[in-house]
Amino acid sequence: MKKHLSVSELIQQNKQKSRAFASIREKTIPFILFICAVISVFTTLGIIFTLLFETFTFFNRVPFIEFITSKEWLPFFESDPSYGILPLLSGTLVVAVIAMVAAIPLGLTAAIYLSEYASERTKRTLKPILEVLAGIPTIVYGFFALTFVTPLLQKFIPDLSFFNALSPGIVVGIMIIPMVASLSEDAMNAVPNSIREGALGLGATRFEVAFKIVLPAALSGIIASFVLAISRAIGETMIVTIAGGATPTLGFDVTSSIQTMTAYIVQVSLGDAAYGSTIYYSIYAVGITLFVFTLIMNLLAQYISKKFREAY
Amino acid sequence: MHFINRETIQKQTKKRMAVNHLLKTLFFAATMFSLLVLAVLFYRIFTQGFEHLSFDFLTNFASRKPEEAGIKAALYGTIWLMAITGPISIVLGIGSAIYLEMYAKQSRFTRFIQTNISNLAGVPSIVFGLLGLTVFVRMLEMGRSVLAGGLTMSLLILPIIVVAAQEAIRAVPQELQEASYGMGATKWQTIWRVVLPAALPGMMTGSILALSRAVGETAPLIVIGALSYVAFVPDSIWSGFTVMPIQIYNWTGRPQEAFHDIAAAGIIVLLALLILMNSIAVFIRNKFSKRH
Repeated sequence: MKKHLSVSELIQQNKQKSRAFASIREKTIPFILFICAVISVFTTLGIIFTLLFETFTFFNRVPFIEFITSKEWLPFFESDPSYGILPLLSGTLVVAVIAMVAAIPLGLTAAIYLSEYASERTKRTLKPILEVLAGIPTIVYGFFALTFVTPLLQKFIPDLSFFNALSPGIVVGIMIIPMVASLSEDAMNAVPNSIREGALGLGATRFEVAFKIVLPAALSGIIASFVLAISRAIGETMIVTIAGGATPTLGFDVTSSIQTMTAYIVQVSLGDAAYGSTIYYSIYAVGITLFVFTLIMNLLAQYISKKFREAY
Repeated sequence: MHFINRETIQKQTKKRMAVNHLLKTLFFAATMFSLLVLAVLFYRIFTQGFEHLSFDFLTNFASRKPEEAGIKAALYGTIWLMAITGPISIVLGIGSAIYLEMYAKQSRFTRFIQTNISNLAGVPSIVFGLLGLTVFVRMLEMGRSVLAGGLTMSLLILPIIVVAAQEAIRAVPQELQEASYGMGATKWQTIWRVVLPAALPGMMTGSILALSRAVGETAPLIVIGALSYVAFVPDSIWSGFTVMPIQIYNWTGRPQEAFHDIAAAGIIVLLALLILMNSIAVFIRNKFSKRH
């Protein structure tokens, strides 16, 4: 015969059940969430081990000394391939330098205008538009570089070849203007208004306030934004692949075709390099070089903005 | 006798004011230059691609003949990729953010995770492609499938989602949580019923923006081996695929001028999708975000 329960006992039982469930839940959920958070750590480890492991195989076939000293990058040359990273490095460097020459003046002046001159209303309209510039996919910029910027430049520089370093360099620069502008503006916004008002009260013009007061005070943040922008320019892929060409050349000629590290990885990926061939492993060696360079830049930016920050 | 020479001062002031005025104009012009580039870019692409834009363009597969080429395979590929990347990256990202903001103690390991996430956001996207190629395509033997692509993309945008979700959680006022604890709620009940609902609009906005970044990414997918000529629609997570940016890249690389126009038409479709996603994000932010 079934035992009859009173209502209060039923409630008691229910409570105990839900408490037991709750206590299990309170213990397991943090653990599950912890796993989620650790995945990002595993991603980093995965990147490092993948790159190291495959690069190790590459260096079993190609001597490390050849990789860093040889002045020729000819992996597709069947009888006597040559793997010297220097031409790819110089191509990457040329594009990054051109990009910075374009992005630093334009980005910094935009930041000064937005932070020191623009009214609140102008700022509210201009900043989202700049953000649109940052949100455009790089493939679109690449198309723009190849079909608009290169022909335009060819009108001024007649012996500019169809693929060159100049056009993608400029377009990469345009792509990173919003990044330089918004990070520099953040740094300038962090300078307290009282300092500005002090200078204005002594009779300084806005320009003098910007250049003699705000810029020096925000310098660490501004330089950090430049370094981060260089890192972005080095890692940029599609623009340089489309408009830069595929001719690894050691040198600093901006009018002829070049190849960057990222463009080489794309070239091999699109081709039919067999899994296990030296060419297949070479993209990891190039990838780890790229990774190390951008990592150094990112860490440097963090160091600069932390170490040299002016505290108020 | 005057100690101050009025004339000199006036001259100097005039000069300084002139410099100020000149540079203000210059700075304004520099800011406008970026906007001008944006305008030229849009104008070029629209004038070049507009006439190829038709309903057929959306429903045709890629073709050797420019007049028959369409973006169907790439459009479906992008949608498939989003269907895989979206849930994975959002769940993992929000989970990480909740752990870091609500559970993690101030320890060295927590700081390490945090630094790691911000560094991961600075890794070039193509390096994620190399990771995906080794881990997903080779080691886990997923092949060059849309699943491998989706997982690679999830890892790529994960740091962006984590940071956005963390900011959204931080914006939830402490008083709300304390009130919840005060009513006898457990930690998870507080998170699930108080923190998450309040932080959700911010999280969704950040996630959609991160996803729109994934829609525009090309390089990692080329590295893991997404195809560039596809005349089919993916039918399972194991099928090969292409996405819109790769299809556009393929058309851009053709020597014939006609394919450049097709590429421009493809870019219009891509930009339309991105604008749609961004509008949804802005809409969510404006509609649901409450100021506490």
